[in-house]
Amino acid sequence: MIGAAVALVVARPGEFLEALLTHVELSAAALAIAIALAVPAGIWLSRRAGATLLAVNGANVAKTVPSLAVLALMLPILGTGFLPAMVALILLALPPILINTITAIVRVDDEVVGAARAMGMTRRQTVRRIELPLAVPVVFAGIRTAAVEVVASATLASFIGGGGLGDFITAGIALSDMPELLVGALPVALLTVATELGFATLQRGLTPRGLRAGA
Amino acid sequence: MIRLDNVTKLYPGAAGPAVDALSLVVPEATTTALLGPSGCGKTTTLRMINRLVEPSAGRIEVAGRDVASVDPVMLRRSIGYVIQQGGLFPHMTVAQNVATVPRLLGWDAARVAARIDEMLTLIGLDPAEYRDRYPRALSGGQRQRVGVARALAGEPPVLLMDEPFGAVDPIGRERLQNELLAILRRVRKTVVVVTHDVDEALKLADHVAILDRGRLVQHAPPEEILLRPANSLVAEFVGHDRALKALALLTVAERRRPDGPPAGDRPEIAPDASLREALSRMLETGQQELSVVGGGRIALNDLFVRGDS
Amino acid sequence: MGWLAENWDLLLRAAWQHVVLVALSLAVALALALAAGIAVRNRPALSALVSAVSGVLYTIPSLALFAILVPIVGLGAVTAVIGLTIYAFLILTRNVGVGFREVPETVIDAARGMGMGPRRILWTIELPLALPVIVSGLRIASSTTISAATIAAYINAGGLGTIILTGIAQSFIVKIALGALVAALLAISTDLGLARLESRLRLRLAGA
Repeated sequence: MIGAAVALVVARPGEFLEALLTHVELSAAALAIAIALAVPAGIWLSRRAGATLLAVNGANVAKTVPSLAVLALMLPILGTGFLPAMVALILLALPPILINTITAIVRVDDEVVGAARAMGMTRRQTVRRIELPLAVPVVFAGIRTAAVEVVASATLASFIGGGGLGDFITAGIALSDMPELLVGALPVALLTVATELGFATLQRGLTPRGLRAGA
Repeated sequence: MIRLDNVTKLYPGAAGPAVDALSLVVPEATTTALLGPSGCGKTTTLRMINRLVEPSAGRIEVAGRDVASVDPVMLRRSIGYVIQQGGLFPHMTVAQNVATVPRLLGWDAARVAARIDEMLTLIGLDPAEYRDRYPRALSGGQRQRVGVARALAGEPPVLLMDEPFGAVDPIGRERLQNELLAILRRVRKTVVVVTHDVDEALKLADHVAILDRGRLVQHAPPEEILLRPANSLVAEFVGHDRALKALALLTVAERRRPDGPPAGDRPEIAPDASLREALSRMLETGQQELSVVGGGRIALNDLFVRGDS
Repeated sequence: MGWLAENWDLLLRAAWQHVVLVALSLAVALALALAAGIAVRNRPALSALVSAVSGVLYTIPSLALFAILVPIVGLGAVTAVIGLTIYAFLILTRNVGVGFREVPETVIDAARGMGMGPRRILWTIELPLALPVIVSGLRIASSTTISAATIAAYINAGGLGTIILTGIAQSFIVKIALGALVAALLAISTDLGLARLESRLRLRLAGA
């Protein structure tokens, strides 16, 4: 059956590539925008003690809403197509990035910062040399979670006409065409695994050597 | 009675044996301290007695039975085991912790309940107040006490202790040591204590076994170790002030002289104070002679080491 | 809201199907994860491998997973349960591993020293102490499974996803909203309940 799936891709390369490209575009755009929104918001919120608790709890609750539901709810507001799908994906990516950004900043050990200040570092130096390097890995972990979430949920974009590899899956199920189904399912599985591994490697690269597990 | 006969432990890949042909007898109802620097093999030796570590060679007997011939799980139920961090089960109350071995031994509920109360009273904790507390609500010293109660609950004839008071502050430690001595005076147990604290070993033990790199260097009562160390290593380990330490082992009552000519304002010392305290008092007051409360006197000369002691 | 008044039984039935799908999958996954976790808990290298592989496999989208299962087991609730169980298992297995790893060595040493056999130690010491972390994993697993189960509707498994998907097909906002709302409420209430359980368990063990 995999053979038949491969044959299908060979026969209709344009269709496959378009789906793949749309999938990647949706994911990349949504992730980039989510980062641009959530990281500054997280930094801003982390300065206000009351707000952090509210934001973190709110984001945790938001995480429990099924991704299909988020996509579906775009329908009455934005209709079908690329845009509503992207907006939905942005919404799905926001919580993990926000939570991790806030946590990263709030959690940088007061003792460590205190020691830095006591040694005579200015506020800016403390941020640049101590707080940022310690916070970056945690923020990036949130981005990694969001990236995987987005690439996976982009599969569902098919339901609201957003395109992507999910199209092959839904078509395959609707027509009971197994090779078609696999043309969507296998690449998407590979794509998400690759995203996870890729971001994991990046995260490791961004983590200061002394903090890496098993350093 | 515990007998170790040429016991050896060799870990694969290690440069030398952790324990090297160790032979030792712990007489019944006495306390023996295993003393030595880090890595000398004292903890390994202790843990071979209850078979948490298996010897590579040699034989260990507890109460006449070869420990290798008994099921290890059953063996351990008849040996009390106290470790440095206590190892109390955090999800169980004090009562449940103490009841562990009695329950394993199948005692009936009434007997277990009575034993819990008995043990808690023995270690100085009011059963009514502490039965249902969780370990997290106890101080470090209290946790260690519960650890001791737990080890004794099953009425084991043998008690093994691995740096039992190491994690407690010095004042708490002294108190626990005194309490342990008091408890052991009431119950007859054969005890092996591992410690790296020379003073603790001298205080608690009837016999001290000094280990170095897996070998037994000297095995003798505390005074002997202090006054006649077997070699320079022992002398070093025990400390250059060992004569002072030896003073701590004797009391004023043992060395006092009968009352002599009245001396008016001499400073006083209790008969059960140690000779070391007496010396300290002399230094403090600048007097070479003290009056002993209840009769007698003691002078600086009386503190000097005698060859025959 | 007129729709709701007339079709509340439909919604309820869908919710019930959803609960059954999720509960069944979680139960099986938990049993399997515990069995696997107990088997590898004393082999750190194997345990780490299992955790790493699970972490990666878990990223595969639910629709893709269901899709891969369809050629093998067909459409329907059974396929959905298999897929959901796999998901939940992948999450739970990591937490079971962490839970066992966090049981303090000194406590286990004391238990062995007192003459507890390995099985007794597992049941009376290791499992109770690993429980909070395992429940934490159950929280994540339940939340993810409830979410993934909405997609199972697409492979004819029933559940709240049916309401959402038919809502999409009919461009009927109310259906979409209600399906989403009930699913979200289900997820939130399960999470809250398990969170309470988790903090109660942690409180008992704090400051060991």
